[in-house]
Amino acid sequence: MNGSAIAASGLRKAYKDKIVLDGIDLDVRTGTIFALLGPNGAGKTTTVNVLTTLLAPDAGKVVVAGHDVTTETKAVRAAIGVTGQFASVDDLLTGEENLLMMADLLHLPKAEGRRIAARLLARFDLGEAAGKLASSYSGGMRRKLDLAMTLVGQPKIIFLDEPTTGLDPRSRRIMWEIIRELVAGGMTIFLTTQYLEEADELADRIAVLDQGRLVAEGTADELKRRVPGSHVRLRFAGRPELDVAARVLAESTRDDEELTLRVPGDGGVRSLRALLDRLDAHSIDVEELSVHTPDLDDVFLALTGHGNKEVSAR
Amino acid sequence: MNAISASLTDSATMLRRNFRHTTRNPLALFNGVFMPIFLMFLMVYVLGGAFSVGVNYADYATPGLLLTTICYGVGPTAVAVSSDMATGFINRLRVMHVSRAAVLNAHVIATVLRSLVAIAIVIGVAFLMGFRPSASFAQWLGAIGIIVLTALAIAWLTVASGLAAKTPENAGFAAVPLMLLPFLSSAFVPADKMGPGARQFAEYQPFTSIIEALRGLLTGAPSAGSAVTAIAWCVGLSLIGYLWARRSFTKRA
Repeated sequence: MNGSAIAASGLRKAYKDKIVLDGIDLDVRTGTIFALLGPNGAGKTTTVNVLTTLLAPDAGKVVVAGHDVTTETKAVRAAIGVTGQFASVDDLLTGEENLLMMADLLHLPKAEGRRIAARLLARFDLGEAAGKLASSYSGGMRRKLDLAMTLVGQPKIIFLDEPTTGLDPRSRRIMWEIIRELVAGGMTIFLTTQYLEEADELADRIAVLDQGRLVAEGTADELKRRVPGSHVRLRFAGRPELDVAARVLAESTRDDEELTLRVPGDGGVRSLRALLDRLDAHSIDVEELSVHTPDLDDVFLALTGHGNKEVSAR
Repeated sequence: MNAISASLTDSATMLRRNFRHTTRNPLALFNGVFMPIFLMFLMVYVLGGAFSVGVNYADYATPGLLLTTICYGVGPTAVAVSSDMATGFINRLRVMHVSRAAVLNAHVIATVLRSLVAIAIVIGVAFLMGFRPSASFAQWLGAIGIIVLTALAIAWLTVASGLAAKTPENAGFAAVPLMLLPFLSSAFVPADKMGPGARQFAEYQPFTSIIEALRGLLTGAPSAGSAVTAIAWCVGLSLIGYLWARRSFTKRA
């Protein structure tokens, strides 16, 4: 459980005169989930491509699974698995054939390939669909098959490039569950995402990438503390109630026109209950209550000084 | 396992995949066979009577139609190669350390074999329409050799254009020039009956020498000169296609 699974320093990559990665340093500990968070075009996929030997960096050093990606490519490739942004399954093969093809390409003995394929199909709940063409699979099933194909090689480190983009909420939860199980089994996971919620749910550490630079790194809690914006909004029936509440909740900011109070908090249930208790203790009636937690837009606003239209539009 | 046997094993694995694609998408083969047969019908029964080419028109047109068959059958290959790039399938293979040769060879071999199946069917139909070749066994072998070489050259060019195309939709267009070139060759009418400009183009473009070489062999009157030119064109085009494919493969991660 010790040591670095992925260590990168001073990573730079430019296409012609467009700088995509502008000096990235990363350190991912073995057996943890690391999330690279950023909007479209921030350089997430380029980072994955460099870390997975698909793209040579212009400058910087990358060590993955103890091997240098530029000089020991083969050893790195033997230790990693990559699931790209689009489910790269073969539509005209069945789920089982897709997995067996991976086993053949890894030169596993036939019997072992079949055994691994059967185990993965069962594990990912694809047993019934095993004999159907992948083109008939739903989005969630395709992602699962895609990940299962990556797992045939029993990699130590898995790269997941936006593993849940485009999935419905239920499929997304299933994918999260699978990812957690993989880490529990000792794997290291490097994932990219545009969703703060996803990074929050899964990652031990999160790095925020913006325009080719890491603008923040830490645990989800550490990042959230740097992001103001989590608050409870209370609306009252009339001016008298608002006046009383504003006196009791001195830390809040009031809006006389809307008859609302904005009470900063951490967005947690405990602080919400404490707030309600205080209101109760002073017999203040609240007309309407809503909890606002910071989203990726708030993170970006706080960390980079500019918003992130694409993501907030989701 | 050493590098060569690993590459052969991988090529076989990828080829199995391509065969499955062909059997599960029979439309690809059907289009590749139907269009040339329709064209043959059109040329032999509808238009051919108006052309005076000096010989039985079915005998004249069949070599050109065989080449047309190769050209019409490669569209799906360009699209398949381009999709492999677009969906990240090729990146997946690269991360698995599967050799570049295995991926590209499989596409090329599958394409050539599909062309040969289509050619066999088209030759069968040509016989029904009055094609009466007078080639000896050795000349048949020579003709088949030139057909295989041509199919190989066109397969490499197609794979390369598929790799270079930005999207699978664009890749579909890559095969269009190949479909048009036979009409600007001696496939259906002799080049010397064409207007100025078209005639010079038809005389010097590769398909004309390949068709003339095939026609010579199949009518039992081979000409060494056109055979050598045809083989040179095939080898040259294969090499260009191969190098272009290799370059695109390396360049596009």
